[in-house]
Amino acid sequence: MNEAWRYFLLFFGASVVANILLIRFIALCPFFGVSTSLETSLGMSISVIFVMTMATSVSWIAWNYVLKPLGVGEFLYIPSFILIIASLVQFVEMVIKKTSPPLYRAMGIYLPLITTNCAVLAAATESVKPGFFTKLNIAYHYGFPEALVYTIGVAVGFSLVLILFAAMRERLEMAPIPKFFRGVPIAFITAALFSLAFMGFAGMFNL
Amino acid sequence: MEEKEKTLWGELRKGFITTNPLLVLMVGLCSSLAISTRVENCIFMGLAVIFVLTCSNVIISLIRNFIPDQVRIPIYIVVIASFVTIVDLTLKTIPAVYERLGVWIPLIVVNCIILARAEGYASSAKVSHAFMDGLGIGMGYTSVLLIMSVFRELFGTGKIVLFNTTVINLHIKAVPVILIMFPGAFITYALLSALLQWYQARKKPEAEEG
Repeated sequence: MNEAWRYFLLFFGASVVANILLIRFIALCPFFGVSTSLETSLGMSISVIFVMTMATSVSWIAWNYVLKPLGVGEFLYIPSFILIIASLVQFVEMVIKKTSPPLYRAMGIYLPLITTNCAVLAAATESVKPGFFTKLNIAYHYGFPEALVYTIGVAVGFSLVLILFAAMRERLEMAPIPKFFRGVPIAFITAALFSLAFMGFAGMFNL
Repeated sequence: MEEKEKTLWGELRKGFITTNPLLVLMVGLCSSLAISTRVENCIFMGLAVIFVLTCSNVIISLIRNFIPDQVRIPIYIVVIASFVTIVDLTLKTIPAVYERLGVWIPLIVVNCIILARAEGYASSAKVSHAFMDGLGIGMGYTSVLLIMSVFRELFGTGKIVLFNTTVINLHIKAVPVILIMFPGAFITYALLSALLQWYQARKKPEAEEG
């Protein structure tokens, strides 16, 4: 298996086969929260890709150069990763506000929400402890490039489904739905059908 | 809640129906959908959430007067993360369960239920109330989790297995396997949610299913 193919598999696996929203059920709260309109979904997607990539990079460095050599990783990884994410989000918000007002207007309101987006913590945890949840444990110890490709895959998978789902939900507004299924239940039924479709991808690799 | 409901018992009870975290507040969905394939998982997850929620509520309520407003969220997160680490290390002693719950244990930190209760309730409540609130919300979460998992495991596999012993066996040949697969989680939640809307439409105050 050559390098490029391996990275492609990792990316494809993280984004589509083990899709973070539909197959692994991580980050469902922002999913159902912001998917009511296409515009907010786009803003959220861009912010998530950006923050997730940075958060995993910093967490990976912290794990491999600080936590693991000191032997404190096993019981300090939860507090340290969440603090890294929280402070990173705050920092990114300040930098964007100073340097690029248009970008801040597009991403600003989503940034605080991302702190409690489980997907960011999940991606950070999994890039240092691979094979925690997904069956795609190609390499047990991810190097930095693998961790990066994995995270971008997860973030792209999140965005893909979020945008598709938002487009679907705008249509659902006008559909004739049975009275008690209006609102939340129909959104979940739609998600179930989406999930069914995404399960088909797993068959491609005999997982 | 109204003032007359501010009794300890009321604080405990509201978590089940009026402010049920999963069905009414719609927080903490991720873990409930992912792990409700087996009743056994839900028991451990429910206990873990009750523990973390109650402890962090009490601690945050105790120190609520010393927390500067600007840095309150990081402080809450550190308090919650410490309790989650306790749970993480404790559950590691039961490898089979730890393997199945996997990433969901560290993810209790960012489980919106806990942060939402810390920010929205414990930061401005008496210690005794915060304790009962944590217990009530935690048990409300666990009860929905159990309803979902019993439904999914019973009909998805035809039997319920608890700690390696079969508790209930329906003896059916063809089971709707989809219930224990990924779409089943969404469908189960959708049905529960529709049921709740139906109850609310009937204006019955004592509406609790299962």
